[in-house]
Amino acid sequence: MLSGLDLTVAKGESLVLVGQSGIGKSVLLKHVIGLLKPDSGTIEIDGEDLWKASPRDRDRLRRKFGMSFQEGALFDSMSVGENIAFPLTRHTKKSKKEIADRVAECLELVRLPGIEDKRPSELSGGMRRRVGFARAIALQPEILLFDEPTTGLDPITTDVVVKVIEEMRSRLKPSAITITHDLKVAFSIADRVGLLSGGKILVDMTPKEFEHSKDPRVAAFVTGDSELAPPEAEPERRGAQKPVEAHV
Amino acid sequence: MNAVLEFFGRGVLRVFEGVGRFFELLGMTLRGLVVPPWAPVATARQVVRVGVDSVPVVLLTALFTGGVLALQTFKGFQRFHAEGYIGSVVALSMLRELGPVLTGLMVTGRAGSAMAAELGSMRVTEQIDALVSLATDPVQYLFVPRVLASIIVVPMLVVLADAIGILGGYLVAVGYLGANPVIYMNNTFQYLSMEDMTSGLIKAAAFGFLLSLVGCQCGYDTTGGAEGVGLSTTKAVVMGSLAILIADFFLTKVLF
Repeated sequence: MLSGLDLTVAKGESLVLVGQSGIGKSVLLKHVIGLLKPDSGTIEIDGEDLWKASPRDRDRLRRKFGMSFQEGALFDSMSVGENIAFPLTRHTKKSKKEIADRVAECLELVRLPGIEDKRPSELSGGMRRRVGFARAIALQPEILLFDEPTTGLDPITTDVVVKVIEEMRSRLKPSAITITHDLKVAFSIADRVGLLSGGKILVDMTPKEFEHSKDPRVAAFVTGDSELAPPEAEPERRGAQKPVEAHV
Repeated sequence: MNAVLEFFGRGVLRVFEGVGRFFELLGMTLRGLVVPPWAPVATARQVVRVGVDSVPVVLLTALFTGGVLALQTFKGFQRFHAEGYIGSVVALSMLRELGPVLTGLMVTGRAGSAMAAELGSMRVTEQIDALVSLATDPVQYLFVPRVLASIIVVPMLVVLADAIGILGGYLVAVGYLGANPVIYMNNTFQYLSMEDMTSGLIKAAAFGFLLSLVGCQCGYDTTGGAEGVGLSTTKAVVMGSLAILIADFFLTKVLF
């Protein structure tokens, strides 16, 4: 699905990748955090190769990440508070009081204070995403990954989610990679916007350049006009695939 | 011709892939059993789910199995006037064979399928991916408490099943067939040895290990959505039951 892809994100930078559905955007994010292993190529985090590291070191590298999943991926056997506390109880030696304080702080940041005792099944789609954000930032990660943070949400909830992402960025100053096909969201939170197509990143530019680009592939995506869109490039067949390179 | 060879080749590859995957996850689970962090609370929760919640169904199965065993044995033994040995046959059958096997099968149907459904749902809703992203080994976190709980609790269920099975046989033999209660009880325990009990318990621990590992593996490797979860659940019951029956043969061969 991905071939010859080269991606670099600098410290504190926010890269948003847009592209049509089914193009491999989520697959790319899963490669970056090591949920999937590239057939060839490297994923480097602060100069360390994720797949050359031992399993213990790979987990240490993963602790630098906070990942928000499409539907939140909250553990439904736990309450909201237990979900957010999960990484803290596993990876820190904080006391119960310190963990409870950090959980409350994270919920405050995503504008959902006081819902620690609710079950994930009691939450709306937007709330689940934001609790997912709260869990992702609990360990104060250096890198945030957002997989379709606003897909399927109404415009008002989308706006709330975007504002929460902006606030998390300004407070935590992480590097961030966001996958979306919502250009309004992309332009609000991006330092750079990339268009993913045919298994690679075709263009990589500022939001303003992207919005006014004359490139037919970008223009088609910005206007949403399928007539303008050139035929979708097929990713190389297995065996002819080029390495995937990601440096965060 | 090529298509036929390709079809069989794919089948063989799938079988090898499945066996390889089983041993890969087996290795990861065994490593998780000895390497910390351990999860005593999660294990205790699984003891309740696998063990305590299975008590009614296991007891009912054992009660009626003991009863039917007494009935069948009576019919057969009556032909050569050996009705007095019904108690011994029921007790030996329950302890050595029926107690562990039937308990294993019932727990596979109840708990093995539930493990596959739970882990399968976690897989399709990206909760397992979320565990990995939170630097948590999903095999250690999900498999180990379930496998450990099953190894501990299935032998306990078997002890209960053995006792209730013997009781079922007694009720039918004494209450329905008119056997002498004193002679029946005397014959029940006269020919039993400690080895009958321990071999049954060893089998039970092995069955607990197998049914939980198969259940977890089927759920963990779920693909697709709700349909995939359904298929994994069915697979967990079929593969778990087959594993128990095949292992039973080899364990019996080794233990007796």
